[in-house]
Amino acid sequence: MALVIADYADCRALTGGLRSFEVKAATVRDLLQKIEERFPGLGDLIDQRMAIAIDGTITQDAHGATLEPHSEVVLLPRIGGG
Amino acid sequence: MNKPVKPEDTGAILKVVGTRPIRPDGVEKVTGRAAYGADLHLPGMLIGKIKRSPHAHARIISIDTRKALALPGVKAVMTSADMPDLAAEHYEAGESASNLRDLSANVMARGKVLYHGHAIAAVAATSNAIADQALDLIEIVYETLPHVIDVEEAMAPGAPILHDQMFTAGLGETPTKASNIATKHRLDRGDLAAGFGAADIIVETRYSSAAVHQGYIEPHACVASYAADGQTQVWSSSQGHFVIRGLCAKLLKMRFSDVRVIPAEIGGGFGGKTTVYLEPLALVLSQKSGHPVKMVMTREEVFRATGPTSASVVTVKMGAKLDGTITAAQVDLKFQAGAFAGSPVGAAVMTSLACYDVANFEVTGWDVVTNSPKVAAYRAPGAPNAALGVECAVDELAEKLGIDPMTMREKNAVRNGVRAPYGPVYKNIGYVETLEAIKSHPHMSIPLGPNQGRGIAAGFWFNIGGESTVNVSINEDGTAIVSTGSPDIGGSRASMAMMAAEVLGIGVEQVRPIVADTASIGFSTVTGGSRTTFATGMAVVQAAEKLVADMKRRAAETWGVEIDQVVWQDGAAHCLQAGKAPKGALTLAALAGSAGKTGGPIATVVALNAQGAGPGFGVHVCDVEVDPETGHVTVLRYTAAQDVGKAIHPAYVEGQIQGGVAQGIGWALNEEYVFSTGGIMENAGFLDYRVPVASDLPMIDAVMVEVPNPAHPYGAKGVGEVPIVPPLAALAIAVRHATGVRMHDLPLSPSKIRAAIDAKAG
Repeated sequence: MALVIADYADCRALTGGLRSFEVKAATVRDLLQKIEERFPGLGDLIDQRMAIAIDGTITQDAHGATLEPHSEVVLLPRIGGG
Repeated sequence: MNKPVKPEDTGAILKVVGTRPIRPDGVEKVTGRAAYGADLHLPGMLIGKIKRSPHAHARIISIDTRKALALPGVKAVMTSADMPDLAAEHYEAGESASNLRDLSANVMARGKVLYHGHAIAAVAATSNAIADQALDLIEIVYETLPHVIDVEEAMAPGAPILHDQMFTAGLGETPTKASNIATKHRLDRGDLAAGFGAADIIVETRYSSAAVHQGYIEPHACVASYAADGQTQVWSSSQGHFVIRGLCAKLLKMRFSDVRVIPAEIGGGFGGKTTVYLEPLALVLSQKSGHPVKMVMTREEVFRATGPTSASVVTVKMGAKLDGTITAAQVDLKFQAGAFAGSPVGAAVMTSLACYDVANFEVTGWDVVTNSPKVAAYRAPGAPNAALGVECAVDELAEKLGIDPMTMREKNAVRNGVRAPYGPVYKNIGYVETLEAIKSHPHMSIPLGPNQGRGIAAGFWFNIGGESTVNVSINEDGTAIVSTGSPDIGGSRASMAMMAAEVLGIGVEQVRPIVADTASIGFSTVTGGSRTTFATGMAVVQAAEKLVADMKRRAAETWGVEIDQVVWQDGAAHCLQAGKAPKGALTLAALAGSAGKTGGPIATVVALNAQGAGPGFGVHVCDVEVDPETGHVTVLRYTAAQDVGKAIHPAYVEGQIQGGVAQGIGWALNEEYVFSTGGIMENAGFLDYRVPVASDLPMIDAVMVEVPNPAHPYGAKGVGEVPIVPPLAALAIAVRHATGVRMHDLPLSPSKIRAAIDAKAG
């Protein structure tokens, strides 16, 4: 089970205030589907507006990225730059 | 995910990476031959110009363009009525998602003008003079409205409201009353009250910074040519021609394939050229007139109508134990967004405490619309503003505790394994090493004289990866072409050529790097976010590796051996099996010259979405001398250390650091948008908006700390953003220690400093 950390207020508004939860998923694509099923709207929010840090490595739109059984997944806003 | 490499693997012997060759585009640029956005001339080309709002906030009652259109030489006139009225739709482009409705209303006002200089109509004419005359003939009736520019005034009850349908997001419940606050951001962890309760000393402080412009030397410029069959071409200076294509197509409801954008050279961007201002208007004018149309902003237009970065107010409450351990931090960030929502306050929230291992914190950010130009990205957007408040607060804490400011930072520094305030657990970061580089630098031992002070500040930026496409081909003589879709702003042609040369085993002078247009290569997102050397560079390395594998296959076929009997070294295939290669190694030239016999041309493409960009940290120290009579600040010396991962071309990395510092010094000491009571910018030119020039600056000593990023083949991290983060605070702290007064409002102009010194003297 991957541990998902959802500290940002936008996420917590859709998780009923939960800051973390567990999801069984093998890939980011799988993860997003399961999060959307459990917290409607959150999967889409992540897909469109957020980045995902997998075990400390920040990814964006990496749907094919694999998750280990005990991966830590941190949800955070997308990052740009100048 | 990209194939990871171990940090120790990046220490392999490198022949090209890490050297300092001359940049491939250097001669063109220093001899004036390079073609920028304003340099293109086409047969029958018209001049496009823009009519701009004289008011900071007004309703548009009517626009009458008939007299302008009747003027001989005028071929087209346009207003927002000539552009699709778009619904609110977020489109991922440039530095972040753009709201297409807002973007359309920014490039051409619809219903209301929201800032002085807001575009309201445009003309295309046969000459500059006729175009100017036509602008004067456009008759517009306005109903002027009260305006607001100051961020805190815009948040206050009773402030003039810019958008009747803007209701603050992020409050939990949608308010019923419209507001200038677009979004409230919030990030917290731990127990704030317990953290402050555990503190022996608490500081509460407030710092503000003015809106500043990116200050690129080249004004926005483009040429658009709309053909009768709908096939259009746009020549444009930008940080990303694919994004220009996407935004034009979206704003004008065109097919992407009908818009070909050809990148001109770019004379600076720093984040400000990641969106569109002129290109959609030039396309409409070209379509209406049937002629190519060139549009070039004046410097005044650049200041009045293109994105500066946010003015901001940052309040910080921070508590620490007597030994310097920070126990809690509360940060509030108010950011001016300009006319439309979308300031970089979200990034400011995330970066504000990124250098500190703090268990208990709460960071709040406010994105606030104002009657000023819509802000645009500027190097490490949001981070310098936040660092100004946080770094100065840390200095205040250190002063009250009697602890050396460097010791204070070391004690609370984030390290590998520490959870970043913005979420992930840090790994492969070099912050502590960067602190150490400054601590041991000779700069720190130089004694200070009267009226001199030293400031130390730290800074952070995430850096990003993203989508890039690269073509690499081998010419018949064994030389190589590297094509990318990434505009070259900071020397990326050189770094791309170097990485290709390293893998191919040839000299960098044998590689020609080019930036290809949108019809000639696959998608690449903008050159921004310090992504190009990391992401596009990763694609270059992978493409070159594919070619090496292909050439080994060709050599194996030629010699009749298994491919594992072929090694690639110094630009040639070598056979390990005795007697199979009587003529010796097969060079790149030999393989390319006979490529038709082994399968055809040697070329490949790699398209990827690079992940795993390594975050960057910088620590700066500066010494200043303040003239107590005038309040003038002289920067005596400046040293900037930064974790750069691996410097592909060290001279350009140093240049990025020095450039970021120079811009940060300008932000700290001189630069600001000065508005009249009528909401008109009063210093819209480089005479009155003073950026630092060489004579204002000492030699900036750039110290590169190399803690490799294992996600990149050579360990590279982005380097362009971090160096602008610490200078605002470093200068403010140095002035504090030179004068004994703490300056809370940037810029640190002589008049403000003199007034503060006088106030202290009573």
